[in-house]
Amino acid sequence: MSDTKYGKYGGQFVPEILMPALEELEQGYEKYRNDPQFLEELNYYLKDFAGRETPLYHARNLSKKYGTKIYLKREDLVHGGAHKLNNTIGQALLAKYMGKTRLVAETGAGQHGTATAMAGTNLGFETHVYMGAKDTERQRMNVYRMEIMGTEVHPVESGSRTLKDAINEALRDWVSNVENTHYLIGSVVGPHPYPMMVRDFQSVIGNEVKQQIMEKEGRYPDSIVACAGGGSNAIGIFYPFIEEDVKLIAVEAGGKGMKYTKDAALHSASLSVGEDGVLQGARTRILQDEYGQILESSSISAGLDYSGVGPELAHLADIGRLLPRVVNDDMALEAFHELSRVEGIIPALESSHAVAHVMEAAESGELGELVVINLSGRGDKDLETVIGLERRN
Amino acid sequence: MKLAEKFNELKNRNETALLAYVCAGDPDIDSTPRIVESLIRGGADIIELGLPFSDPVADGPTIQAASERALSAGMNPDRYFELVANLDVQVPLVCMTYYNLIYKRGIEKFVKDCVSSGISGLIIPDLPAEESNDLANCCTQEGVDLIFLVAPVTTDERIEMILSKTSGFVYIVSRLGVTGTRSDVTAATSDIISRVRTDIPKAVGFGISNAEQAAKIIDAGADGVIVGSAFVDIIASGDNVEKRLEDLTTEIKAVCRRD
Repeated sequence: MSDTKYGKYGGQFVPEILMPALEELEQGYEKYRNDPQFLEELNYYLKDFAGRETPLYHARNLSKKYGTKIYLKREDLVHGGAHKLNNTIGQALLAKYMGKTRLVAETGAGQHGTATAMAGTNLGFETHVYMGAKDTERQRMNVYRMEIMGTEVHPVESGSRTLKDAINEALRDWVSNVENTHYLIGSVVGPHPYPMMVRDFQSVIGNEVKQQIMEKEGRYPDSIVACAGGGSNAIGIFYPFIEEDVKLIAVEAGGKGMKYTKDAALHSASLSVGEDGVLQGARTRILQDEYGQILESSSISAGLDYSGVGPELAHLADIGRLLPRVVNDDMALEAFHELSRVEGIIPALESSHAVAHVMEAAESGELGELVVINLSGRGDKDLETVIGLERRN
Repeated sequence: MKLAEKFNELKNRNETALLAYVCAGDPDIDSTPRIVESLIRGGADIIELGLPFSDPVADGPTIQAASERALSAGMNPDRYFELVANLDVQVPLVCMTYYNLIYKRGIEKFVKDCVSSGISGLIIPDLPAEESNDLANCCTQEGVDLIFLVAPVTTDERIEMILSKTSGFVYIVSRLGVTGTRSDVTAATSDIISRVRTDIPKAVGFGISNAEQAAKIIDAGADGVIVGSAFVDIIASGDNVEKRLEDLTTEIKAVCRRD
């Protein structure tokens, strides 16, 4: 078995009933990850179905306004409107090679569910998506999108009715149907091999940036900024740069402030202020109370609203290779408007956190002179949320 | 009382063990001692007392709801150990919980709290044998049994590895899926029971809710039957709880006594 840990984080903290499935998945991934036919097919789907490569766009207006050269990695232009399809196409194809016929997935904002529906439908799977009932309410368009593609969406009414409850339900489905079903995790979280596998499939982002920035600038950027909930778009753009002299900044959701109620955090900043713990299959940094009960998280963006973070990101933060930063709801909302007005690009509320941090930190010089923002998704899905919020104010 | 002693004692009487699960603090902290006493009056041989966790991934809706009720009632590890220490019962007690609560409290402190409050064993459904070394070492040192699970999908190779680590008994998951009442005892259940070849007592759980199902499990070769969600359902109903818990326990225990 390959190493399941990143420093002290990661591992496989799952019921015994899942261990054989994880073993099978690990073996399947090891078998096909470098298989020429698998890779050729994957590249075909990434190019002709997902629309890769995505542009690395020099945001001239934003650069001028904030006094540093800013590039946007346009993952918002991937089919479906976010980076999520990079991973779902990869995993669905792997599941097909492994002989599975059914996919289950969890989703927060609905982006991963939609991307799973796209990949699953295209590759001929019966697809089931679990989504917190709170999220099905605030992301109705994504629910419709999934259903139109023939995916069954199961609203999850238990617990906080958000992403972590959806993950619990998806795990339960997998536990009950493990023989014909692949659980398509949408982020670099969960038990090994998921954090590694999802990272690998998302690394296409960073690999493209490496080439594109060399062509355009003849050098690597001073810093790369990405938002992080579970952290798949962040690790995807960071990973190919880990050995390079590039500052890597992960921006977490500060929600309504770095405060707590009895069983909830008003933010989702597990990387910045979370503690060592075990959640949903992996040891990582999590939001928990004094007894180890998981705290509910909070954010304006459903995709960042998560009580844990990928174990590899936690490790990179521990060793100082990655800098966690926090942006609150108001700042993210401001950045959402700013990028829309200045560049004519409406960013997802998730990605708006990364943009907001650049707006805030550009002046201080922390970011250097050449910055790449991972614009992980487009904001069309958030219009209802934003309009709703502003009517209220 | 040690789990091994209890299983031995029952074996000598030609009885199968009845292990009864309830969640501590469900529906409230004060009710738990009376609930446990009802189960013992009905004939439960071992009590599995759940310590509720916010994200119980191995459990179905019934026990998840019980965990939520218990957490709302204020159950936490401090109160749990206090409650257990004050229980006046003569049967072995097993703590069933999730790993993060142990990890957060500190492995050593948690296991020592088990010893001082009278817990004989631990079942941690999200801790597979591969990740268990630290806890297993501590349990061995303090004399607490660490009970591992095997499932129908567990390979023979893994079964052997798990049997080398489990102590007290081995928990056989009767079918795929999460905890919860089901109406069938499948061929997969008999298959997994026969594949677990060991002198360590074999207790079978997940989906056993009545005497008829228990009888089938016993015929298939189990040394113990574990019943949980059926009791939790009674607790959730709030209707004549203690009497009905005792009656159901009596009914299931009756089939454990036949030879």
